[in-house]
Amino acid sequence: MHEQGSARRSGRIKAMGGFAAACALAASAWLAPPPPAAAQTWEPTKPIQFIIPAGTGGGADQMARFIQGVVAKNNLAKQPIITINKAGGAGAEGFLEVKKSSGDPHTIIITLSNLFTTPLATGVPFSWKDMTPVAMLALDQFVLWVPADAPYKTAKEYIEAIKAGPDKSYKMGGTGSKQEDQIITAALERLTAPKKFTYIPYAGGGAVAVQLVGKHVNSTVNNPIEAVSQWKAGALRPLCIFDDKRSTYTKKVTADMAWSDIPTCMEAGVNTEYQMLRGIFMAPGVKAEHVAYYVDLFKKTMATDDWKGFMEQGAFNQTFMSGAPFKTWVEANDKRHYDLMKEAGFLAAGK
Amino acid sequence: MISIARLHWSLNWHNVYQRTGHTLGAIPQSTNKVAGGGGNDGTGKLVDEINSLIGGFGVALSWYNLALMVVGILLGVIIGVLPGLGGANGVAILLPLTFPMAQVPGGATSAIILLSCIYWGALFGGAITSILFNIPGEPWSVATTFDGHPLARQGRADEALTAAFTSSFIGAFVAVIVITFLAPIIARFALRFGPAEFFSVFFLTFASFVGMGRGSPFKVLAAMCLGFALSAVGLDQVTGTLRMTFGHAELLAGFDFLIAVIGLFGIGEILSSMESGLKFSGNTASIRLDAVLQTWKKLLSYWVTSIRSCIIGCWMGITPGGATPASFMSYGLAKRFSKNGKNFGKGEIEGVVAPETAAHAAGTSALLPMITLGIPGSPTAAVLLGGLLIWGLQPGPMLFVEQKDFVWGLIASMYLGNIVGLIIVLTCVPLFAAILRVPFSIIAPIILVICAVGAYTVQNSMFDVWMMLLFGVVGYIFNKLDYPLAPLVLAIVLGDKAEESFRQAMLSSQGSLSIFWSNWLVASIMTLGLILLFWPAVSWLLEKRRAGTDAVAAP
Repeated sequence: MHEQGSARRSGRIKAMGGFAAACALAASAWLAPPPPAAAQTWEPTKPIQFIIPAGTGGGADQMARFIQGVVAKNNLAKQPIITINKAGGAGAEGFLEVKKSSGDPHTIIITLSNLFTTPLATGVPFSWKDMTPVAMLALDQFVLWVPADAPYKTAKEYIEAIKAGPDKSYKMGGTGSKQEDQIITAALERLTAPKKFTYIPYAGGGAVAVQLVGKHVNSTVNNPIEAVSQWKAGALRPLCIFDDKRSTYTKKVTADMAWSDIPTCMEAGVNTEYQMLRGIFMAPGVKAEHVAYYVDLFKKTMATDDWKGFMEQGAFNQTFMSGAPFKTWVEANDKRHYDLMKEAGFLAAGK
Repeated sequence: MISIARLHWSLNWHNVYQRTGHTLGAIPQSTNKVAGGGGNDGTGKLVDEINSLIGGFGVALSWYNLALMVVGILLGVIIGVLPGLGGANGVAILLPLTFPMAQVPGGATSAIILLSCIYWGALFGGAITSILFNIPGEPWSVATTFDGHPLARQGRADEALTAAFTSSFIGAFVAVIVITFLAPIIARFALRFGPAEFFSVFFLTFASFVGMGRGSPFKVLAAMCLGFALSAVGLDQVTGTLRMTFGHAELLAGFDFLIAVIGLFGIGEILSSMESGLKFSGNTASIRLDAVLQTWKKLLSYWVTSIRSCIIGCWMGITPGGATPASFMSYGLAKRFSKNGKNFGKGEIEGVVAPETAAHAAGTSALLPMITLGIPGSPTAAVLLGGLLIWGLQPGPMLFVEQKDFVWGLIASMYLGNIVGLIIVLTCVPLFAAILRVPFSIIAPIILVICAVGAYTVQNSMFDVWMMLLFGVVGYIFNKLDYPLAPLVLAIVLGDKAEESFRQAMLSSQGSLSIFWSNWLVASIMTLGLILLFWPAVSWLLEKRRAGTDAVAAP
């Protein structure tokens, strides 16, 4: 109760501060000559439709709703953001919706790896080229997890154990089929050859982590946020992180380990690396000023303390990109997914 | 004093979790050891749990939080009433609003109180339209329509509503008690559930439903197969490829259960009503203010059904099978074992009690695996889970240790929220029942519009509205040809989940069916399912032998 009251009071003080600042700004605007071009920047004129090509409760959904909350709380946009889940056909439904709303500056979409994998695996006709790239918000990490009492202490030992065991006797649990988790599994199979994993697809990352704790599978490649709680509780052990450098988060998560203490898979002698795009795209045919508005909006969002806290909680790789570098990155990764999926035999007929 | 005791309990809980986390998978057969050990710890710490709970009430019982409860319940009832909106969507829409709320210390508790009360409200509200208009607002309310709506047609809507609300409350209350005192022990139970166990639960649900249709078993089978076919449309989770979309983007997401249900039941009902004279039967009922008390007297005699439904519900919520299979299974078993089983479907109060109790017990206990393991037992729980993360809480086994005030505040709010909810909805029973007295020509267009809006809301797609109308025609034809709708709906709801877990189990066992008898848990559920599946055939054969050659005429 008391806390509520004081929060409301401080909110009012902040609002008054804002009013004072606005007055100062108005005064300075009156004194100074009007800035020529900057005043004509585009602003949304109706609510922004934020499409999530994944189900409620998943990683992309959490991030989109978090952004919606941060933008509303800090008044970063003049129009509200409305999130809509269009998860059908491994996200194809959401991407097709953006593809067909050509020129509409009020529709944005958050992407995960299904931007690349869904058209390749299902043959649904869309690609990232049908949309306008806006920005990369972060890269989501993947970690190789095993139960805490598993005999192998390093990724190398684990790979050796699979090589020594009967074919397909090791079960890898993951989210979805022919998507990022199975692509990583296929990449690992290059090292375990000729032995293969039995890959078991589940609907969501949280369920995958629990299946591992219950030992219905032998390992997973869960994102950090999906498995962190089980790790803290001492039920899981991280073997390596699928990145070329270690995580930058040095705060201890368990009694003796931080995210930065997890060796990279490269270090551990397992030559595999994969991260998932958490980025924003728009409809095709939008103007440069529309893209610029959203790049600016997300820069403001990412400057908030809320965002930083969220990044740390999920041990995200905080890489921001927009414009040409982002486009180049997307292009390279599209090619990479094609190669990986072709090698694993995940491509739909005619791709 | 209290806080020390609570801390001690929580730490102890954590140790139990860790210990069994290790033993569980390694020695799956040694369940006695695990359960026994947990049991000792649980009962030994009873006093501490009560202390923790009292602390939790301290957190939840502020005017601010009580006001949030009332607001949440009212919003939830509205969300539950509107078909298509649903608890999961409702909570998702309001989630960003709680974000600033959770910034202050203790705010996360207020935020979850608001959202979980929306959830309770939606659970209560789902029953209202099921009974009055045959339109289930939520998947777990479908079984409530089977007897609830016939009761309304007989002019006994107030009795049906009272029975539904009271049963909901009892189910939820029992589940909360289970959560309070057995959380550490049963939370680990969910870990035992792999694909084979999940399939066995779905199998048991289907099996307990066989023989429920009043008509020909072949018609039941045909309806069920149509449901399975419809549920297979869209992305196949196991292979990651599309099935039966025929290149149409609209079919990518498959047939949402809600669209089918709104059409089959709601629109189908309106079509039938139009044919039979443009009025609702049941509109002649007088409004009785003492209906609640009268119904309570009758409810006492259904205590066996209540207890059975509570057990089914709690079990299905924890495992986490979910509220929808729980309600169907509970209804199926109540019909099978009740003295009045033959009258089920014609307006038996008991047929309302069974699914409502189980659905609410499951819906409530579904929050337990969410809090303790970070796996959601229902779609709404999945959204709440996202909420926890956004508020800066990490769901999972450490929540009980790191966020004691939050967890116990939430548990206390479950008690209070359900009591507040029951009072609110029971007061409104005469009001709800009076809706049926509004002339058909006024209410029918309103229902149609609400149905259309609901169908559109599910995926923001106009295509779904057309599908809803098509399903309405199908529902009407099914009624005319005497095909049962329930098996069709059950197959649409659970068909893809059952298929998915079956194929996951097959992957896991490399194609051997023996996985369904690989440990005592899955083996006993499967065996129970098989017995239930063949029970009608066996009893029919026995009857036939007893009755000699006359049995051919038996319906």
